[in-house]
Amino acid sequence: MQGLSELLRLAASEIDAASDPAALDRVRVAYLGKKGELTARLKALSELPAAERPAAGQEINRAKQELQGSINERRESLEAAVLEAQLAGDAVDVTLPGRGYAVGGRHPVSRAMARIEKIFRNAGFGVRSGPEIEDDFHNFTALNFPENHPARALHDTFFFPGGKLLRTHTSPVQIRSMVEEGVPIRIISTGRVYRCDSDQTHTPMFHQVEGLVVDRGISLANLKAVLHQFVESFFERKAELRFRPSYFPFTEPSAEVDVLWEEGKWLEILGCGMVHPNVLESAGVDAEEFTGYAFGMGIERLAMLRYGVKDLRTFFDNDLRFLQQFR
Amino acid sequence: MKIAESWLREWVNPDLDTETLAHQLTMSGHEVEGVAYEGEGLDGVIIGEVIAVSRHPNADRLSVCKVSTDGRETIEVVCGAPNVTAGMKSPLARAGITLPNGVKLRKSKIRGVISHGMLCSAVELGLGDESDGIIALPEDAPVGESLASYLGLPDAVIDLNLTPNRGDCFSVLGIARDVAALTATDIKDATVASVSATIDDTHAVDVQQAKACPSFAGRVIRNIDAHAKTPIWMTERLRRSGFRCIHPVVDITNYVMLELGQPLHAYDLRLVAGAICPRLAKAGEKLTLLDDKEIAVTEDTLVISDDSGAIGLAGIMGGLSTAVSDATVDVFFEAAFWPPEFIVGRARTYGLHTEASLRFERGVDPHGQARAIERATALLLDISGGEAGPLVLTTSDEHLPQRETIRLRRSRLATLLGVKIDDAIVVEILQRLGLDIVAQDDGWDVTPPGFRFDIAIEADLIEEVARVYGYDKIPETTEISQTALETVTESKIGLEPVAATLVARDYQEVITYSFIDSESNRALSGAESDLILSNPISSEMSVMRASILPGLLRAASANAARQQDRVRLFEIGKSFHGTLEEPVEIVRIAAIATGSALPEQWAAKAQSVDFFDIKSDVDAILRLAGDATQLHYTAADHAALQPGQSAKITRNDQLIGMIGKLHPRHAKYFDLKRDVFVFELDAALALASAAPEASQVSKYPSIRRDISVLVDDKISADDLIQTVASAAPDLISSVRIFDIFRGPGVEAGLKSVALGLILQETSRTLTDEDADAAMTAAVRKLQEKFAAELRE
Repeated sequence: MQGLSELLRLAASEIDAASDPAALDRVRVAYLGKKGELTARLKALSELPAAERPAAGQEINRAKQELQGSINERRESLEAAVLEAQLAGDAVDVTLPGRGYAVGGRHPVSRAMARIEKIFRNAGFGVRSGPEIEDDFHNFTALNFPENHPARALHDTFFFPGGKLLRTHTSPVQIRSMVEEGVPIRIISTGRVYRCDSDQTHTPMFHQVEGLVVDRGISLANLKAVLHQFVESFFERKAELRFRPSYFPFTEPSAEVDVLWEEGKWLEILGCGMVHPNVLESAGVDAEEFTGYAFGMGIERLAMLRYGVKDLRTFFDNDLRFLQQFR
Repeated sequence: MKIAESWLREWVNPDLDTETLAHQLTMSGHEVEGVAYEGEGLDGVIIGEVIAVSRHPNADRLSVCKVSTDGRETIEVVCGAPNVTAGMKSPLARAGITLPNGVKLRKSKIRGVISHGMLCSAVELGLGDESDGIIALPEDAPVGESLASYLGLPDAVIDLNLTPNRGDCFSVLGIARDVAALTATDIKDATVASVSATIDDTHAVDVQQAKACPSFAGRVIRNIDAHAKTPIWMTERLRRSGFRCIHPVVDITNYVMLELGQPLHAYDLRLVAGAICPRLAKAGEKLTLLDDKEIAVTEDTLVISDDSGAIGLAGIMGGLSTAVSDATVDVFFEAAFWPPEFIVGRARTYGLHTEASLRFERGVDPHGQARAIERATALLLDISGGEAGPLVLTTSDEHLPQRETIRLRRSRLATLLGVKIDDAIVVEILQRLGLDIVAQDDGWDVTPPGFRFDIAIEADLIEEVARVYGYDKIPETTEISQTALETVTESKIGLEPVAATLVARDYQEVITYSFIDSESNRALSGAESDLILSNPISSEMSVMRASILPGLLRAASANAARQQDRVRLFEIGKSFHGTLEEPVEIVRIAAIATGSALPEQWAAKAQSVDFFDIKSDVDAILRLAGDATQLHYTAADHAALQPGQSAKITRNDQLIGMIGKLHPRHAKYFDLKRDVFVFELDAALALASAAPEASQVSKYPSIRRDISVLVDDKISADDLIQTVASAAPDLISSVRIFDIFRGPGVEAGLKSVALGLILQETSRTLTDEDADAAMTAAVRKLQEKFAAELRE
């Protein structure tokens, strides 16, 4: 009879030689199966003298465990190899483009408008809208533009027969919102506005955002703060602002605001002021108890500065090659 | 308005350089649009006198001039200007000096003749943008003197963008007043010495409506020298202010207007017939203006008339019939106060915009008429000689604008500005601005001067204080708001997720104009619009769009023309409906797609976009708004769409939009070669939603059963699904079509449709018997309704 260690050596070499799970299984049966070599040796224990049996039995069992361990190990490695081979066949060219759609993009003006709305919403402003076909009262009279006043001439207005007009600014929303909701009020309104002007720096349609805050004790200092914070939020950087006295019929005091831009140039970005008492009164608000501020900005102007657009008119050419840059 | 710095400094001379002065003007509300530095680099340019001019021997267009450089020596200069003549005085740049444009002059041979210098034009000296030859200086210009010192150069021209509320600032005096207040500098006394009359002559003035002409100053000046010339100091100041020189009398009126802000008019007195009468125009009255244009005047316009009829548009422009000319020897000066309400808007109705109307519309000093006449008289006597009659001033105090006293409250000032300003500073600012103030317990009683048309209420005074105090000194303080939290609604889906969905589905957003041409508006909306602009930019932009599609199609067309084969665009914006009296604005979501369904790629076959591609896009939007069970697409014709591939979209029986294939006729009109699919939704209706209401999810398994039937090809999928679903509404939780087949094995005109049913109960496990019963009911319904034939 072969020595147990000899047997184990033989088994080990057969396990190593098994090249697939089936061959390995044959080795297992040959040694550990019902008629396997080690099984036979266990059965043969009874032939030994009683005193030798426990030691011999222990030895065989250890050999059996060792063998089973080797077989398990070998099986795992064989199975892993099989899976690996299978997966290698499934390999794809990961650099090929994905199936299906590309994505489109938003218009830069909408994109800027959405940002503006978000900034003010986050600060607790409501967002309102108003009609684009307006009447003289809401677009001018209620905003303290006297009849025939030269300030009206600054707004090149599109008219309809019978007196209606296309709003020249988003300011009518101030009146409509105050009349509808009363005060205190804290809102912005974005949208299309129209002026009868078309050249390199003017398009007959453009977009504005209007802001209005009316409450007790609202001051010019509050207006300066909100606009400074807005500009820094919109451009995502520290900004130096300059408030210049100016004139709008619907605010008093009024200001135009410049931002310090590249090369030390001041660029005008918006107009603002404290709501004129006549405007508050035409919206039924007690101008003694309440004060307020209002501001208006051209969204195209902000978008041009934010995105480095040089020519206003490209916003409305709708050339895909231009628009696709704003994905 | 352009103003020469030297002129301004004659009135007020703060210790500031030009740039700082300009900055302070800007920061006080008079925006400086630019500063033009003139007459720099003129060193060495002198006044030369042309002694003799002869033809250049070798060039027809050139002349050879003998030019005196100091009254004794002469040099020879070749000159190409057509206006050179013997005896004229002109700027001379000798060889060796450098002109302002950087050109260094050398002694050079021009066509064989040596030129020792150059006679200069305004452009060459940087004194103008155009010229028609060399500058002709006045006859009395001192030969040999430096041109710069003769002309008072260098100087800076400050271009101010004045706001329409500050009529008082449209003059050197007006700006000087503000500069004096801003810089705490003294201003020159603006009073003008009166000129005593040397003759008794006056001319009758008949003010019929004192309300329209509360102040009218006039003066007769006789026997002026018709050959007098405007002196160079005046022409230079006028030029720097952007005015051309016309005639000494006219130049003087312009000069006084620029200096004092009061427009004047001068008549040739011999051409005036009878009393000068300012009045409102009569119906049908006609008038030929100084610019030689005849206008028909409307009854709301003020005219000046004499016995011959209207001879001028008051406050706007004089008439041709009484205009000053080279033959004028007797002059009548007029300076009036026309109240703004009688002037505003009038010039515009005649297509005019004059320096006078600009000022009268905004308001001139109601008490400045006599001063202006005195100033003009003194200048005229000085320049053209003559004898002045007495100044005649007709005023109606009750009709002159009155300045009310306004209470400025200390507390209000602090509230509105958000900063407390010392009383002493407030008082100083108001006083420097020339306002009358009387201290009160809670602030001050303030009375503005007559020329400040912009100060009427307390807020106006607060602005004045803030403006001079400096906006930059006002702090930034974040407000504490008393407004309530906004309600965030779930009854409507916002437009942002819609845009995001379309962007994710490969649509590019565009923004097209709200006004379009009437033809495509009619063609694609199927109706005429009432909303037509009176003054459109062009007929292509004259009608308010009733559909967004024309704009999208035009944009698609332009892109297709730029070799974009696949174009997918959307726009969210308003369409306009209703009447002029009651316009209706509807926010719409519209999109178009043309070209291949997917970008060209290896992983999918190239296929043109079709109805079901964009239908899935519409579904993606509509399902944002929740419940899809009441959503239906129904075949329906539409003006824009091809019959048979067009549908209306309804939710809860309400029309919310349309979808389909653009009619090939329209595609052709817009020059789109491939099939175009479009949809347009009413945003408010399409995105109406509700907060979801949860219901119990079934714990029991569902059963799937399929039915395959042969039906008439015309039966719609919607009908089949609804019919099956209604067969056992409690059991059938969903029905879908998973196959449609036409062709071999299916009779022509029929189709084979395979339907999958999911059956489920929330309270118990379904049995096969339950499922069989539901299936039987469904099949029976299909047979009854559509004569469907069950396929095994």
